[in-house]
Amino acid sequence: MRPFLRLVRRDLRLAFRQAGDSATVVMFFVLAVVLIPFGVGPEPAILARIAGGIIWVMAMFAALLSLERLFQADYEDGSLELLVLSPQPLAATVVAKCLAHWLSTGVPLILAAPLLGLVMNLEADGIGALVVALALGTPTLSLIGAVGAALTLGARRGGVLLPLLVLPLYIPVLIFGVAAVEAAISGLPMRPHLLLLGALLLAALPLCPWAAAAGLRQALE
Amino acid sequence: MTVSLHRFANPARFLKIAALVLPWASGLTVGLLGLGLYLGLVASPPDYQQGESVRIMYVHVPAAWMAMFVYSVIAVASATALIWRHPLADLVAQASSPIGACFTFLCLVTGSLWGKPMWGTWWMWDARMTSVLILFFLYLGHMSLSKAFDDPVRGAKAASVLALVGVVNLPIIKFSVDWWNTLHQPASVMRLDGPTIDGSMLTPLLLMALAFTMYYVALLILRVRAEMLDRKLRTARLAAVDAATVPAPAR
Amino acid sequence: MMESLVSFFAMGGYYAYVWPAYGLAAVVLGGLLVVSLRALRVRQAEVDRLEGGGRRRRAGGGGA
Repeated sequence: MRPFLRLVRRDLRLAFRQAGDSATVVMFFVLAVVLIPFGVGPEPAILARIAGGIIWVMAMFAALLSLERLFQADYEDGSLELLVLSPQPLAATVVAKCLAHWLSTGVPLILAAPLLGLVMNLEADGIGALVVALALGTPTLSLIGAVGAALTLGARRGGVLLPLLVLPLYIPVLIFGVAAVEAAISGLPMRPHLLLLGALLLAALPLCPWAAAAGLRQALE
Repeated sequence: MTVSLHRFANPARFLKIAALVLPWASGLTVGLLGLGLYLGLVASPPDYQQGESVRIMYVHVPAAWMAMFVYSVIAVASATALIWRHPLADLVAQASSPIGACFTFLCLVTGSLWGKPMWGTWWMWDARMTSVLILFFLYLGHMSLSKAFDDPVRGAKAASVLALVGVVNLPIIKFSVDWWNTLHQPASVMRLDGPTIDGSMLTPLLLMALAFTMYYVALLILRVRAEMLDRKLRTARLAAVDAATVPAPAR
Repeated sequence: MMESLVSFFAMGGYYAYVWPAYGLAAVVLGGLLVVSLRALRVRQAEVDRLEGGGRRRRAGGGGA
Protein backbone atom coordinates (compact mmCIF):
# COMPACT_ATOMS: atom_id res chain seq x y z
CA MET A 1 0.00 0.00 0.00
CA ARG A 2 2.84 2.37 0.86
CA PRO A 3 4.37 2.48 -2.67
CA PHE A 4 0.87 2.85 -4.13
CA LEU A 5 0.18 5.97 -2.08
CA ARG A 6 3.65 7.29 -2.73
CA LEU A 7 3.04 7.02 -6.47
CA VAL A 8 -0.30 8.80 -6.19
CA ARG A 9 1.31 11.59 -4.18
CA ARG A 10 4.19 11.90 -6.65
CA ASP A 11 1.86 12.13 -9.64
CA LEU A 12 -0.33 14.67 -7.92
CA ARG A 13 2.66 16.78 -7.04
CA LEU A 14 3.82 16.64 -10.66
CA ALA A 15 0.35 17.54 -11.92
CA PHE A 16 0.07 20.55 -9.66
CA ARG A 17 3.62 21.69 -10.24
CA GLN A 18 3.13 21.94 -14.00
CA ALA A 19 1.68 25.46 -13.73
CA GLY A 20 -1.80 24.23 -13.00
CA ASP A 21 -2.67 21.51 -15.47
CA SER A 22 -5.93 21.05 -13.60
CA ALA A 23 -6.69 24.74 -13.91
CA THR A 24 -6.23 24.56 -17.68
CA VAL A 25 -8.55 21.57 -17.92
CA VAL A 26 -11.23 23.29 -15.87
CA MET A 27 -10.86 26.47 -17.89
CA PHE A 28 -11.36 24.51 -21.08
CA PHE A 29 -14.42 22.84 -19.56
CA VAL A 30 -16.00 26.15 -18.52
CA LEU A 31 -15.20 27.87 -21.78
CA ALA A 32 -16.54 25.03 -23.91
CA VAL A 33 -19.85 24.95 -22.03
CA VAL A 34 -20.16 28.74 -22.08
CA LEU A 35 -19.84 28.67 -25.88
CA ILE A 36 -23.04 26.63 -26.20
CA PRO A 37 -25.53 29.46 -25.54
CA PHE A 38 -23.83 31.40 -28.33
CA GLY A 39 -24.47 28.45 -30.60
CA VAL A 40 -28.08 27.62 -29.73
CA GLY A 41 -29.32 30.94 -28.40
CA PRO A 42 -29.89 32.15 -24.84
CA GLU A 43 -33.41 30.81 -24.34
CA PRO A 44 -33.51 29.41 -20.77
CA ALA A 45 -35.88 26.51 -21.51
CA ILE A 46 -33.70 25.17 -24.34
CA LEU A 47 -30.54 25.55 -22.29
CA ALA A 48 -32.10 23.74 -19.33
CA ARG A 49 -33.20 20.92 -21.62
CA ILE A 50 -29.73 20.33 -23.08
CA ALA A 51 -27.62 21.30 -20.04
CA GLY A 52 -27.08 17.76 -18.74
CA GLY A 53 -25.90 16.40 -22.06
CA ILE A 54 -23.71 19.39 -22.88
CA ILE A 55 -21.96 19.43 -19.52
CA TRP A 56 -21.34 15.67 -19.68
CA VAL A 57 -19.93 15.78 -23.21
CA MET A 58 -17.67 18.72 -22.40
CA ALA A 59 -16.48 17.03 -19.20
CA MET A 60 -15.45 14.04 -21.35
CA PHE A 61 -13.50 16.24 -23.74
CA ALA A 62 -11.85 18.00 -20.82
CA ALA A 63 -10.89 14.67 -19.24
CA LEU A 64 -9.40 13.63 -22.59
CA LEU A 65 -7.13 16.69 -22.71
CA SER A 66 -4.82 15.55 -19.96
CA LEU A 67 -4.94 11.83 -20.76
CA GLU A 68 -2.19 11.89 -23.32
CA ARG A 69 0.36 12.82 -20.67
CA LEU A 70 -0.79 10.11 -18.25
CA PHE A 71 2.18 7.88 -19.10
CA GLN A 72 3.99 10.06 -21.63
CA ALA A 73 6.37 11.89 -19.27
CA ASP A 74 7.28 8.69 -17.41
CA TYR A 75 7.79 6.93 -20.73
CA GLU A 76 10.11 9.62 -22.05
CA ASP A 77 12.31 10.04 -18.97
CA GLY A 78 12.53 6.28 -18.41
CA SER A 79 10.82 6.14 -15.02
CA LEU A 80 8.10 3.98 -16.55
CA GLU A 81 10.64 1.19 -16.92
CA LEU A 82 11.43 1.43 -13.23
CA LEU A 83 7.71 1.28 -12.43
CA VAL A 84 7.33 -1.84 -14.57
CA LEU A 85 10.33 -3.48 -12.88
CA SER A 86 9.21 -2.55 -9.36
CA PRO A 87 7.77 -5.37 -7.18
CA GLN A 88 4.37 -3.72 -7.17
CA PRO A 89 2.07 -5.28 -9.80
CA LEU A 90 1.84 -3.07 -12.86
CA ALA A 91 -1.97 -3.04 -12.74
CA ALA A 92 -1.79 -1.48 -9.27
CA THR A 93 0.59 1.14 -10.62
CA VAL A 94 -1.96 1.92 -13.32
CA VAL A 95 -4.70 2.27 -10.70
CA ALA A 96 -2.49 4.68 -8.75
CA LYS A 97 -1.89 6.75 -11.87
CA CYS A 98 -5.62 6.76 -12.67
CA LEU A 99 -6.40 7.84 -9.13
CA ALA A 100 -3.95 10.71 -9.43
CA HIS A 101 -5.40 11.65 -12.81
CA TRP A 102 -8.91 11.60 -11.41
CA LEU A 103 -7.95 13.66 -8.36
CA SER A 104 -6.17 16.24 -10.49
CA THR A 105 -8.74 16.54 -13.32
CA GLY A 106 -11.93 14.64 -12.44
CA VAL A 107 -12.49 16.27 -9.07
CA PRO A 108 -11.95 19.84 -10.34
CA LEU A 109 -14.44 19.09 -13.13
CA ILE A 110 -16.99 17.88 -10.59
CA LEU A 111 -16.45 21.03 -8.53
CA ALA A 112 -16.91 23.27 -11.56
CA ALA A 113 -20.04 21.45 -12.79
CA PRO A 114 -22.62 23.03 -10.39
CA LEU A 115 -21.56 26.49 -11.49
CA LEU A 116 -22.02 25.53 -15.12
CA GLY A 117 -25.37 23.98 -14.24
CA LEU A 118 -26.48 27.34 -12.87
CA VAL A 119 -25.26 29.17 -15.96
CA MET A 120 -27.12 26.70 -18.14
CA ASN A 121 -30.31 27.19 -16.13
CA LEU A 122 -30.37 23.63 -14.81
CA GLU A 123 -32.73 23.03 -11.87
CA ALA A 124 -31.37 22.35 -8.40
CA ASP A 125 -32.41 18.67 -8.58
CA GLY A 126 -30.63 18.35 -11.88
CA ILE A 127 -27.47 19.92 -10.50
CA GLY A 128 -27.44 17.50 -7.58
CA ALA A 129 -27.88 14.55 -9.94
CA LEU A 130 -25.18 15.91 -12.24
CA VAL A 131 -22.64 16.11 -9.42
CA VAL A 132 -23.39 12.61 -8.16
CA ALA A 133 -23.35 11.17 -11.68
CA LEU A 134 -20.07 12.90 -12.50
CA ALA A 135 -18.58 11.62 -9.26
CA LEU A 136 -19.48 8.05 -10.25
CA GLY A 137 -18.68 8.44 -13.94
CA THR A 138 -15.42 10.38 -14.13
CA PRO A 139 -13.31 7.65 -12.44
CA THR A 140 -14.49 5.29 -15.18
CA LEU A 141 -13.41 7.87 -17.77
CA SER A 142 -9.92 7.97 -16.23
CA LEU A 143 -9.70 4.17 -16.20
CA ILE A 144 -10.84 3.69 -19.80
CA GLY A 145 -8.64 6.58 -20.83
CA ALA A 146 -5.63 4.92 -19.23
CA VAL A 147 -6.06 1.98 -21.62
CA GLY A 148 -6.04 4.33 -24.59
CA ALA A 149 -3.07 6.28 -23.22
CA ALA A 150 -1.09 3.06 -22.68
CA LEU A 151 -1.89 1.72 -26.14
CA THR A 152 -0.95 4.92 -27.97
CA LEU A 153 2.33 5.32 -26.07
CA GLY A 154 5.05 5.99 -28.63
CA ALA A 155 2.58 6.13 -31.52
CA ARG A 156 2.80 8.64 -34.31
CA ARG A 157 0.13 11.32 -33.74
CA GLY A 158 -0.81 9.62 -30.46
CA GLY A 159 -2.60 12.73 -29.27
CA VAL A 160 -5.06 12.65 -32.18
CA LEU A 161 -5.43 8.91 -32.07
CA LEU A 162 -6.32 8.73 -28.38
CA PRO A 163 -9.79 10.37 -28.63
CA LEU A 164 -10.61 8.18 -31.62
CA LEU A 165 -9.96 5.06 -29.53
CA VAL A 166 -11.44 6.22 -26.27
CA LEU A 167 -14.56 8.22 -27.17
CA PRO A 168 -16.59 5.27 -28.52
CA LEU A 169 -15.87 3.42 -25.29
CA TYR A 170 -17.13 6.42 -23.29
CA ILE A 171 -20.64 6.20 -24.77
CA PRO A 172 -22.21 4.00 -22.04
CA VAL A 173 -20.96 6.36 -19.31
CA LEU A 174 -22.38 9.31 -21.25
CA ILE A 175 -25.76 7.63 -21.73
CA PHE A 176 -26.29 6.71 -18.07
CA GLY A 177 -24.76 9.93 -16.77
CA VAL A 178 -27.11 12.09 -18.82
CA ALA A 179 -30.07 9.83 -18.07
CA ALA A 180 -29.55 10.39 -14.33
CA VAL A 181 -29.73 14.16 -14.82
CA GLU A 182 -32.79 13.92 -17.04
CA ALA A 183 -34.55 11.61 -14.60
CA ALA A 184 -33.90 14.06 -11.77
CA ILE A 185 -35.28 16.97 -13.81
CA SER A 186 -38.46 15.14 -14.74
CA GLY A 187 -39.02 13.86 -11.21
CA LEU A 188 -38.24 10.22 -11.96
CA PRO A 189 -36.02 8.08 -9.75
CA MET A 190 -32.38 8.48 -10.73
CA ARG A 191 -31.20 5.57 -8.60
CA PRO A 192 -31.17 2.96 -11.42
CA HIS A 193 -28.98 5.18 -13.61
CA LEU A 194 -26.57 5.83 -10.78
CA LEU A 195 -26.44 2.13 -9.99
CA LEU A 196 -25.59 1.40 -13.61
CA LEU A 197 -22.85 4.05 -13.52
CA GLY A 198 -21.52 2.37 -10.39
CA ALA A 199 -21.64 -1.00 -12.13
CA LEU A 200 -19.61 0.41 -15.03
CA LEU A 201 -17.03 1.68 -12.56
CA LEU A 202 -16.87 -1.68 -10.80
CA ALA A 203 -16.41 -3.44 -14.15
CA ALA A 204 -13.75 -0.98 -15.31
CA LEU A 205 -11.80 -1.16 -12.05
CA PRO A 206 -10.30 -4.62 -12.61
CA LEU A 207 -10.42 -4.78 -16.43
CA CYS A 208 -8.97 -1.44 -17.50
CA PRO A 209 -5.78 -1.53 -15.37
CA TRP A 210 -5.14 -5.03 -16.64
CA ALA A 211 -5.49 -3.97 -20.30
CA ALA A 212 -3.48 -0.80 -19.70
CA ALA A 213 -0.72 -2.83 -18.03
CA ALA A 214 -0.60 -5.10 -21.10
CA GLY A 215 -0.31 -2.00 -23.28
CA LEU A 216 2.48 -0.55 -21.14
CA ARG A 217 4.49 -3.79 -21.29
CA GLN A 218 4.18 -3.77 -25.08
CA ALA A 219 5.35 -0.18 -25.22
CA LEU A 220 8.53 -1.07 -23.31
CA GLU A 221 9.34 -4.27 -25.17
CA MET B 1 17.24 -11.30 -36.42
CA THR B 2 17.30 -14.67 -38.13
CA VAL B 3 14.57 -15.97 -35.83
CA SER B 4 12.15 -13.20 -36.72
CA LEU B 5 13.04 -13.55 -40.37
CA HIS B 6 12.10 -17.20 -40.29
CA ARG B 7 8.95 -16.57 -38.35
CA PHE B 8 7.63 -14.08 -40.87
CA ALA B 9 9.35 -14.89 -44.09
CA ASN B 10 8.68 -18.62 -44.20
CA PRO B 11 5.23 -19.35 -42.87
CA ALA B 12 5.23 -21.98 -45.56
CA ARG B 13 2.21 -23.81 -44.30
CA PHE B 14 -0.06 -20.80 -44.42
CA LEU B 15 1.10 -19.97 -47.92
CA LYS B 16 0.48 -23.54 -49.05
CA ILE B 17 -3.04 -23.65 -47.63
CA ALA B 18 -3.73 -20.12 -48.88
CA ALA B 19 -2.66 -21.05 -52.42
CA LEU B 20 -5.08 -23.96 -52.24
CA VAL B 21 -8.01 -21.97 -50.85
CA LEU B 22 -7.65 -18.76 -52.86
CA PRO B 23 -8.88 -20.01 -56.28
CA TRP B 24 -11.84 -21.75 -54.64
CA ALA B 25 -12.78 -18.72 -52.58
CA SER B 26 -12.50 -16.39 -55.59
CA GLY B 27 -14.46 -18.72 -57.82
CA LEU B 28 -17.18 -19.20 -55.22
CA THR B 29 -17.38 -15.44 -54.66
CA VAL B 30 -18.04 -14.82 -58.34
CA GLY B 31 -20.47 -17.72 -58.72
CA LEU B 32 -22.47 -17.04 -55.54
CA LEU B 33 -22.52 -13.32 -56.22
CA GLY B 34 -23.88 -13.87 -59.73
CA LEU B 35 -26.57 -16.26 -58.51
CA GLY B 36 -27.44 -14.13 -55.49
CA LEU B 37 -27.70 -10.95 -57.57
CA TYR B 38 -29.89 -12.67 -60.16
CA LEU B 39 -32.24 -14.10 -57.53
CA GLY B 40 -32.20 -10.93 -55.47
CA LEU B 41 -32.67 -8.38 -58.23
CA VAL B 42 -34.69 -10.30 -60.80
CA ALA B 43 -36.21 -13.54 -59.64
CA SER B 44 -37.41 -12.69 -56.13
CA PRO B 45 -40.78 -10.97 -55.64
CA PRO B 46 -41.09 -7.43 -54.32
CA ASP B 47 -42.24 -7.09 -50.72
CA TYR B 48 -45.97 -6.46 -50.31
CA GLN B 49 -45.30 -3.50 -47.99
CA GLN B 50 -41.94 -2.13 -49.04
CA GLY B 51 -42.18 -2.90 -52.75
CA GLU B 52 -38.98 -3.08 -54.73
CA SER B 53 -37.02 -1.17 -52.11
CA VAL B 54 -36.76 -4.42 -50.18
CA ARG B 55 -34.02 -5.45 -52.63
CA ILE B 56 -31.61 -3.23 -50.71
CA MET B 57 -31.87 -5.86 -48.01
CA TYR B 58 -29.77 -8.29 -50.07
CA VAL B 59 -26.76 -5.99 -49.61
CA HIS B 60 -27.65 -4.42 -46.29
CA VAL B 61 -28.29 -7.49 -44.15
CA PRO B 62 -25.32 -9.56 -45.37
CA ALA B 63 -23.09 -6.51 -44.87
CA ALA B 64 -24.41 -6.21 -41.30
CA TRP B 65 -23.72 -9.89 -40.67
CA MET B 66 -20.22 -9.55 -42.07
CA ALA B 67 -19.58 -6.46 -39.95
CA MET B 68 -20.19 -8.53 -36.83
CA PHE B 69 -18.57 -11.71 -38.14
CA VAL B 70 -15.33 -9.96 -39.11
CA TYR B 71 -15.15 -8.27 -35.72
CA SER B 72 -15.48 -11.64 -33.99
CA VAL B 73 -12.72 -13.00 -36.22
CA ILE B 74 -10.54 -10.07 -35.15
CA ALA B 75 -11.37 -10.73 -31.51
CA VAL B 76 -10.50 -14.44 -31.72
CA ALA B 77 -7.34 -13.70 -33.69
CA SER B 78 -6.31 -11.02 -31.18
CA ALA B 79 -6.81 -13.37 -28.24
CA THR B 80 -4.77 -16.02 -30.05
CA ALA B 81 -2.05 -13.49 -30.77
CA LEU B 82 -1.89 -12.30 -27.17
CA ILE B 83 -2.12 -15.69 -25.45
CA TRP B 84 -0.15 -17.98 -27.77
CA ARG B 85 1.84 -15.26 -29.52
CA HIS B 86 1.01 -16.82 -32.85
CA PRO B 87 2.47 -14.43 -35.43
CA LEU B 88 -0.13 -15.33 -38.05
CA ALA B 89 -3.00 -14.35 -35.75
CA ASP B 90 -1.67 -10.79 -35.56
CA LEU B 91 -1.61 -10.60 -39.33
CA VAL B 92 -5.14 -11.95 -39.64
CA ALA B 93 -6.48 -9.38 -37.17
CA GLN B 94 -4.62 -6.56 -38.87
CA ALA B 95 -5.65 -7.60 -42.38
CA SER B 96 -9.28 -8.07 -41.35
CA SER B 97 -10.09 -4.69 -39.91
CA PRO B 98 -10.17 -2.67 -43.17
CA ILE B 99 -12.42 -5.34 -44.69
CA GLY B 100 -14.72 -5.24 -41.69
CA ALA B 101 -14.75 -1.46 -41.77
CA CYS B 102 -15.82 -1.55 -45.44
CA PHE B 103 -18.67 -3.94 -44.67
CA THR B 104 -19.77 -1.79 -41.73
CA PHE B 105 -19.67 1.33 -43.90
CA LEU B 106 -21.75 -0.44 -46.56
CA CYS B 107 -24.24 -1.57 -43.94
CA LEU B 108 -24.64 2.02 -42.72
CA VAL B 109 -24.99 3.61 -46.14
CA THR B 110 -27.35 0.99 -47.57
CA GLY B 111 -29.35 1.23 -44.36
CA SER B 112 -29.59 4.95 -44.90
CA LEU B 113 -30.62 4.44 -48.55
CA TRP B 114 -33.29 2.00 -47.40
CA GLY B 115 -34.40 4.24 -44.55
CA LYS B 116 -35.06 7.27 -46.77
CA PRO B 117 -38.03 5.76 -48.67
CA MET B 118 -39.22 3.69 -45.69
CA TRP B 119 -38.87 6.13 -42.76
CA GLY B 120 -38.72 9.32 -44.80
CA THR B 121 -35.35 10.23 -43.35
CA TRP B 122 -31.74 9.38 -44.18
CA TRP B 123 -30.76 8.72 -40.62
CA MET B 124 -32.70 7.53 -37.63
CA TRP B 125 -31.13 7.16 -34.20
CA ASP B 126 -32.50 3.67 -34.18
CA ALA B 127 -30.82 1.35 -31.68
CA ARG B 128 -29.43 -0.95 -34.35
CA MET B 129 -28.05 1.68 -36.67
CA THR B 130 -26.52 3.51 -33.72
CA SER B 131 -24.77 0.36 -32.53
CA VAL B 132 -23.46 -0.30 -36.02
CA LEU B 133 -22.20 3.28 -36.19
CA ILE B 134 -20.26 2.76 -32.96
CA LEU B 135 -18.92 -0.53 -34.33
CA PHE B 136 -17.68 1.44 -37.34
CA PHE B 137 -15.80 3.80 -35.00
CA LEU B 138 -14.27 0.81 -33.21
CA TYR B 139 -13.06 -0.49 -36.58
CA LEU B 140 -11.57 2.90 -37.45
CA GLY B 141 -9.76 3.02 -34.12
CA HIS B 142 -8.41 -0.48 -34.60
CA MET B 143 -7.18 0.34 -38.10
CA SER B 144 -5.53 3.60 -37.09
CA LEU B 145 -3.87 2.11 -34.02
CA SER B 146 -2.40 -0.84 -35.90
CA LYS B 147 -0.86 1.56 -38.44
CA ALA B 148 0.26 4.20 -35.92
CA PHE B 149 3.65 2.78 -35.01
CA ASP B 150 6.94 2.67 -36.85
CA ASP B 151 7.24 -0.94 -35.75
CA PRO B 152 4.33 -2.92 -37.26
CA VAL B 153 4.67 -5.64 -34.61
CA ARG B 154 4.01 -3.12 -31.84
CA GLY B 155 1.03 -1.78 -33.80
CA ALA B 156 -0.43 -5.24 -34.18
CA LYS B 157 -0.03 -5.96 -30.47
CA ALA B 158 -1.60 -2.70 -29.36
CA ALA B 159 -4.45 -3.30 -31.79
CA SER B 160 -5.03 -6.77 -30.33
CA VAL B 161 -5.46 -5.35 -26.83
CA LEU B 162 -7.81 -2.71 -28.23
CA ALA B 163 -9.84 -5.35 -30.08
CA LEU B 164 -10.30 -7.34 -26.86
CA VAL B 165 -11.26 -4.21 -24.93
CA GLY B 166 -13.76 -3.50 -27.71
CA VAL B 167 -15.24 -7.00 -27.47
CA VAL B 168 -15.79 -6.66 -23.73
CA ASN B 169 -17.36 -3.27 -24.38
CA LEU B 170 -19.59 -4.22 -27.30
CA PRO B 171 -22.35 -5.87 -25.21
CA ILE B 172 -22.25 -2.95 -22.76
CA ILE B 173 -22.51 -0.45 -25.61
CA LYS B 174 -25.28 -2.47 -27.23
CA PHE B 175 -27.22 -2.64 -23.97
CA SER B 176 -26.81 1.03 -23.20
CA VAL B 177 -27.76 2.11 -26.72
CA ASP B 178 -30.88 -0.09 -26.71
CA TRP B 179 -31.85 1.31 -23.38
CA TRP B 180 -31.13 4.90 -24.42
CA ASN B 181 -33.21 4.35 -27.53
CA THR B 182 -36.27 3.05 -25.71
CA LEU B 183 -35.90 5.93 -23.26
CA HIS B 184 -35.93 8.56 -25.97
CA GLN B 185 -38.30 7.32 -28.61
CA PRO B 186 -41.34 5.12 -28.26
CA ALA B 187 -41.03 2.17 -30.59
CA SER B 188 -43.19 3.39 -33.41
CA VAL B 189 -40.48 3.01 -36.00
CA MET B 190 -40.96 0.41 -38.64
CA ARG B 191 -38.01 -1.93 -38.27
CA LEU B 192 -35.94 -2.54 -41.35
CA ASP B 193 -36.23 -6.26 -40.76
CA GLY B 194 -40.00 -5.84 -40.47
CA PRO B 195 -41.31 -8.20 -43.14
CA THR B 196 -41.16 -11.84 -42.13
CA ILE B 197 -38.85 -13.34 -44.64
CA ASP B 198 -40.29 -15.61 -47.27
CA GLY B 199 -38.26 -18.47 -48.74
CA SER B 200 -37.97 -16.71 -52.09
CA MET B 201 -36.23 -13.86 -50.26
CA LEU B 202 -34.24 -15.98 -47.83
CA THR B 203 -32.41 -17.86 -50.61
CA PRO B 204 -30.84 -14.80 -52.26
CA LEU B 205 -30.13 -13.36 -48.82
CA LEU B 206 -28.17 -16.43 -47.77
CA LEU B 207 -26.44 -16.64 -51.16
CA MET B 208 -25.29 -13.04 -50.87
CA ALA B 209 -24.12 -13.63 -47.30
CA LEU B 210 -22.10 -16.66 -48.47
CA ALA B 211 -20.70 -14.66 -51.38
CA PHE B 212 -19.59 -11.92 -48.97
CA THR B 213 -17.99 -14.53 -46.71
CA MET B 214 -16.04 -16.01 -49.62
CA TYR B 215 -15.02 -12.52 -50.71
CA TYR B 216 -13.75 -11.92 -47.18
CA VAL B 217 -11.76 -15.17 -47.20
CA ALA B 218 -10.16 -14.39 -50.56
CA LEU B 219 -9.36 -10.82 -49.63
CA LEU B 220 -8.03 -11.88 -46.24
CA ILE B 221 -5.55 -14.21 -47.93
CA LEU B 222 -4.38 -11.44 -50.25
CA ARG B 223 -4.01 -8.96 -47.44
CA VAL B 224 -2.24 -11.36 -45.08
CA ARG B 225 0.22 -12.11 -47.86
CA ALA B 226 0.82 -8.40 -48.37
CA GLU B 227 1.35 -7.91 -44.61
CA MET B 228 3.85 -10.78 -44.59
CA LEU B 229 5.81 -9.24 -47.42
CA ASP B 230 5.66 -5.92 -45.60
CA ARG B 231 7.33 -7.34 -42.52
CA LYS B 232 9.84 -9.24 -44.60
CA LEU B 233 10.74 -5.99 -46.35
CA ARG B 234 11.06 -4.18 -43.06
CA THR B 235 13.37 -6.84 -41.67
CA ALA B 236 15.43 -6.75 -44.84
CA ARG B 237 15.70 -2.96 -44.69
CA LEU B 238 16.71 -3.03 -41.03
CA ALA B 239 19.32 -5.65 -41.85
CA ALA B 240 20.61 -3.44 -44.67
CA VAL B 241 20.87 -0.47 -42.31
CA ASP B 242 22.72 -2.63 -39.75
CA ALA B 243 25.10 -3.87 -42.39
CA ALA B 244 25.74 -0.31 -43.56
CA THR B 245 26.36 1.19 -40.11
CA VAL B 246 28.04 -1.62 -38.19
CA PRO B 247 31.45 -2.54 -39.60
CA ALA B 248 31.44 -6.18 -40.65
CA PRO B 249 33.35 -8.41 -38.24
CA ALA B 250 36.44 -10.05 -39.66
CA ARG B 251 35.63 -13.52 -40.79
CA MET C 1 -38.36 -6.81 -73.86
CA MET C 2 -37.59 -3.10 -73.79
CA GLU C 3 -40.46 -2.50 -71.41
CA SER C 4 -39.46 -5.17 -68.95
CA LEU C 5 -35.93 -3.77 -68.95
CA VAL C 6 -37.24 -0.29 -68.23
CA SER C 7 -39.43 -1.54 -65.43
CA PHE C 8 -36.46 -3.50 -64.07
CA PHE C 9 -34.32 -0.38 -63.88
CA ALA C 10 -37.21 1.64 -62.48
CA MET C 11 -37.39 -0.69 -59.45
CA GLY C 12 -41.00 0.25 -58.79
CA GLY C 13 -40.01 3.89 -58.38
CA TYR C 14 -37.26 3.08 -55.91
CA TYR C 15 -34.47 3.21 -58.50
CA ALA C 16 -32.87 6.20 -56.77
CA TYR C 17 -32.31 4.10 -53.65
CA VAL C 18 -31.80 0.54 -54.88
CA TRP C 19 -29.20 1.23 -57.57
CA PRO C 20 -27.00 3.52 -55.49
CA ALA C 21 -26.99 0.85 -52.76
CA TYR C 22 -25.78 -1.81 -55.20
CA GLY C 23 -23.47 0.60 -56.99
CA LEU C 24 -21.85 1.69 -53.79
CA ALA C 25 -21.40 -1.91 -52.68
CA ALA C 26 -19.69 -2.65 -55.99
CA VAL C 27 -17.45 0.41 -55.70
CA VAL C 28 -16.46 -0.22 -52.08
CA LEU C 29 -15.87 -3.97 -52.35
CA GLY C 30 -14.26 -3.68 -55.77
CA GLY C 31 -12.13 -0.76 -54.65
CA LEU C 32 -10.90 -2.64 -51.60
CA LEU C 33 -9.99 -5.57 -53.83
CA VAL C 34 -8.06 -3.35 -56.24
CA VAL C 35 -6.23 -1.58 -53.42
CA SER C 36 -5.31 -4.88 -51.76
CA LEU C 37 -4.12 -6.43 -55.02
CA ARG C 38 -2.03 -3.40 -55.85
CA ALA C 39 -0.45 -3.36 -52.38
CA LEU C 40 0.40 -7.03 -52.74
CA ARG C 41 1.92 -6.51 -56.19
CA VAL C 42 4.00 -3.50 -55.14
CA ARG C 43 5.43 -5.39 -52.16
CA GLN C 44 6.10 -8.50 -54.18
CA ALA C 45 7.98 -6.41 -56.74
CA GLU C 46 9.98 -4.78 -53.97
CA VAL C 47 10.89 -8.13 -52.43
CA ASP C 48 11.92 -9.48 -55.83
CA ARG C 49 14.01 -6.37 -56.45
CA LEU C 50 15.74 -6.62 -53.06
CA GLU C 51 16.47 -10.30 -53.44
CA GLY C 52 17.73 -9.87 -57.00
CA GLY C 53 19.59 -6.66 -56.06
CA GLY C 54 21.18 -8.29 -53.05
CA ARG C 55 22.68 -11.01 -55.15
CA ARG C 56 24.03 -8.51 -57.67
CA ARG C 57 25.45 -6.32 -54.93
CA ARG C 58 27.19 -9.23 -53.33
CA ALA C 59 28.69 -10.20 -56.69
CA GLY C 60 29.82 -6.60 -57.27
CA GLY C 61 31.34 -6.41 -53.80
CA GLY C 62 33.39 -9.51 -54.54
CA GLY C 63 34.75 -7.90 -57.71
CA ALA C 64 35.88 -4.76 -55.88
